[in-house]
Amino acid sequence: MPTTPTPSPTPSTAIPTAAAPGAWPDLVSAALLGAERRTPPVAVRDGQTPAAALLDAAAVGTVRRRSALRPAPAAERPAPAPADPRPPLPPAARRRLALLLADRAPGSGSRRGTDPDLTELLPQWLAAADGRGYRAPEALLPALLDAARSRTDLRPTALALAGPRGLWLARLNDDWRFALRGIGGPLSLPGADAPEAVRRLWEEGLFAERVALLTSLRRRDPRAGLALLAATWATERAEDRLMFLDSLGEALTPSDEPFLEQALSDRSRNVRTTAAELLSALPGSALAARMAERSLVCVRLARPAPGDATATEVLVVDPPGACDAGMQRDGVAPQPPSGRGERAWWLGQLVEATPLDRWPGRLGGRSPAELVALPVAGDWRTELHDAWCRAAVRQRHADWARALLGAPGNPGQAAAELAPAGSSRDLTKLLTVLPDDERAGWVSEFIAVHGLADAFRMLGVCAVPWSEPLGRAVVDALDIARDAGSYPWSFSGVMGLAERCLDPAAADRLQMLTAVTDEPEGASPGSGGYWSEAFQRLVGTLRLRAAMHAELAGEAP
Amino acid sequence: MSPHGERWTRDRVLALAPDEASRAAGGRLAAAGRWSGTGAGGGAVWGMCEGGDGTRYGTVVDLDGPAFQCSCPSRKFPCKHTLGLLLRWAGDEAGEPARPGDGPAAGGQPPPWAAGWLATRRERADRPPGGAGAGGPGADGSEADGAGAAAPSRAPADPEAARRRAARRMQRIAAGATELEQRLEDLLHSGLAAAGPAAGAASRTGADDPGGGRGSWEETAARMVDAQAPGLASRVRELAAIAASGPDWPSRLLEECALLHLLNQGFLGIDRLPPPLAATVRARVGLTTDAADVRSDPETVTIRDRWLVLAQRDGAEGPLTTRRIFLRGERTGRMALHRSFGGAHRPLEVSLPPGLLLDADLAYYPGARPLRVALGERYAPAAPGPVPTGCGIDAALAAYGHALRDDPWLDAWPVVLADVTPIPGGAGGGWQLADADGESALPLDPRCLGRPALWQLAAISGGAPVTVFGECGHRGFLPLTVWDPAPVSLSP
Repeated sequence: MPTTPTPSPTPSTAIPTAAAPGAWPDLVSAALLGAERRTPPVAVRDGQTPAAALLDAAAVGTVRRRSALRPAPAAERPAPAPADPRPPLPPAARRRLALLLADRAPGSGSRRGTDPDLTELLPQWLAAADGRGYRAPEALLPALLDAARSRTDLRPTALALAGPRGLWLARLNDDWRFALRGIGGPLSLPGADAPEAVRRLWEEGLFAERVALLTSLRRRDPRAGLALLAATWATERAEDRLMFLDSLGEALTPSDEPFLEQALSDRSRNVRTTAAELLSALPGSALAARMAERSLVCVRLARPAPGDATATEVLVVDPPGACDAGMQRDGVAPQPPSGRGERAWWLGQLVEATPLDRWPGRLGGRSPAELVALPVAGDWRTELHDAWCRAAVRQRHADWARALLGAPGNPGQAAAELAPAGSSRDLTKLLTVLPDDERAGWVSEFIAVHGLADAFRMLGVCAVPWSEPLGRAVVDALDIARDAGSYPWSFSGVMGLAERCLDPAAADRLQMLTAVTDEPEGASPGSGGYWSEAFQRLVGTLRLRAAMHAELAGEAP
Repeated sequence: MSPHGERWTRDRVLALAPDEASRAAGGRLAAAGRWSGTGAGGGAVWGMCEGGDGTRYGTVVDLDGPAFQCSCPSRKFPCKHTLGLLLRWAGDEAGEPARPGDGPAAGGQPPPWAAGWLATRRERADRPPGGAGAGGPGADGSEADGAGAAAPSRAPADPEAARRRAARRMQRIAAGATELEQRLEDLLHSGLAAAGPAAGAASRTGADDPGGGRGSWEETAARMVDAQAPGLASRVRELAAIAASGPDWPSRLLEECALLHLLNQGFLGIDRLPPPLAATVRARVGLTTDAADVRSDPETVTIRDRWLVLAQRDGAEGPLTTRRIFLRGERTGRMALHRSFGGAHRPLEVSLPPGLLLDADLAYYPGARPLRVALGERYAPAAPGPVPTGCGIDAALAAYGHALRDDPWLDAWPVVLADVTPIPGGAGGGWQLADADGESALPLDPRCLGRPALWQLAAISGGAPVTVFGECGHRGFLPLTVWDPAPVSLSP
């Protein structure tokens, strides 16, 4: 057997003494059968049972076998791992990574107390290390790959850190196959210099590999990616066509228009709808122009009656009366969901697909903010504004998003005003259209006025680490919540976000909140102690994060 | 022993941790605000830590040694509280505390609960090593082996009574060995097939069943415990597992039965053996020798060298934690193994991370192939050492073979392999370490298959030759440490 040391052949010719053992296999079969059934092939001394003589011989045989072990023939060696010229991690950062990986296993499941949650720090560490150009410590690669295996969100950063040595290792272990699929990064995908390999992978690869290939190619060269997709488009299955089409959205260019325009006639309704959606995100597209033509006539500006001095101009909405074949071809769904009028439903879809920049021209040259502020006749305000919101998200239009979001800091403007009843408006999505600073500023004002109750998703789209005003707003709101006497776990979502996203520099300011305070009148029993604990954990986590960043920068021991 | 006035680095603290999980837990505790009454001074650090359930544990560290004491029930040693405390105290490279203000402040006086332990410990340490007798070894083979600290002298109250007790124990073991011999002969008489995996049902038929079913082996093992021969008992228990160990079990069972037979015969004829071999037989049967006796025995071979720590590995043995530390002398090239035992209320006192170089006396336990040592005097603080030199695969197998000539019961012999390339096993195949010439290879011990250690080994190698320390034996090679070029302890 190649897997165990092979004993050298026992010399069968020169058995030196009477007590010498027979060949080992003979001894084993004699032992299996038993001395009572077959006389063992060994010499028996006087006064000794055959069984004892067999044991004697086996003892000599055992030691002889073990002391004469020979090397096994070497199996095929793995090809050497490609060199990774990146520098190693600073020692402290290496230790930190080892700690975070060792602590990956789910904890005791008990109350967290004041200890920082290291599991949640691993993604942060990986994100912070990403782009610094370090290579992973070789000894930690197995743990790193295991971590990436169980958490797909870690894969891109973990695999980038693991680098070529990580991929080399992953080829040897089926558990780490995921690393080779290129979902985490472009490492294993053929590059622009290998068009033949690209084509082969596109034609023969698994679905996930093909999506990854298309996505990475589109990022480098949108035209080449589109050409790849167009080559096989006719033969793809409908659900695959949908996914491929969807992946074009990340890097949409005007040159994609003819292809998308063609897809408007696709057999699959979902594909048609997606194509229309993508075209409407291209403000210069023919589809967008057609949609504008249909929607602009539905909204007009009405002058106030000459005699009425107090009246202002109003927007008057006259929704379309029918959903014709042309509209349907451009992706308008004719059937409204139950409970909605069909004319309102058609209007919403038209406005959503209309380039927002066309509205000021149609409506007296007013700015987006002025248009949003105008009263709307009838019950159409919510419908119109919701459609504008969707359009702003789709077209990434910051001016309109800003206008539609308004001023969160105005206490007169209640949350209900921002998202009135019956509205499908998604403020968080609108926020993502704003630049980072402005978004954080808006959310911090929102929290200052409205508290944390509705802020969780908004906080989730703010850039990490949180800006100073945003961090201050969150901490102040938490402090207010404590004074109100509720339990901290009512805010565990925000607390968790704060641990991950607050700027570590806020730790010193938070330190004073860790003291156990007198519970206010009417507070939930024991809440003071729990708040103190929660703040301690927050401070501890922030300090750990600060240490992590310093270590990665090579500033700490 | 040198005074330790300086603040330790975090690295030095983390190197003490018995495993990664402890490191992580210690790191967490260090960052948490659960500490009170922390302080440092006079070569010691102390503090109280509140556990998850509100219990407060007192932790104190004597930096000289170092030695640890914590009132928590953890079997890890040092425990997470100790590590957390030391991490809070540990400084950065500039010697500043990691957390000014809330780390243990220097220059303090230990509180009474800490001072008591420190005083007792230092009083013990001040005595010269090698006093007669030793504190509390049990039948489990443990020893109170402090870092160069002998236990308080305890002269036998009545040497004559002690001699009689020892003679009585020898008789009981001899009776046990005789009984075991009969058991083995019966087994070989009726055949190993009766002990095979299919024999489980048959073995329940009664105590006179000559077969080797698991139940009857357990019973025999219990008889050996009664005979005060724990070494025989544990070998008997291993026999029970072999029958279920997969293909080729008859060969392995015959090997182990034969070696057990050899041990019984050795013990029964111990008076006729040369003294070193007799000592080996005594130790294998389960008769322990106290570290203090080893140190004080004039016959003991004590060697001063600069010893490179090759591996430190903790394992569980019943309720005890066993720690094995492998060392090799820089000048003499001799291998040494330091074993210590810890339990819930008896912490392991020696911690030597791989890579350290230790200028010290090591006293070899008697034996035909001496390996186990007691720590004697240390002449300098441990310092980082070099990557060890190593041998090839032929030499490693030969080293094991030579060692077997002296001690046939050895399962493996520690060796450093240089320039070997790990070859991962394919589906179901075994792993190997291939020699530099690419022709010959050493299979890895199947017991380490499926463990992270193997993948760490492969990752560090990257297909290139590495230096590996481990145990080379009849089951294959069990890797313990690899150099990259810093020593990396492979996960157990």
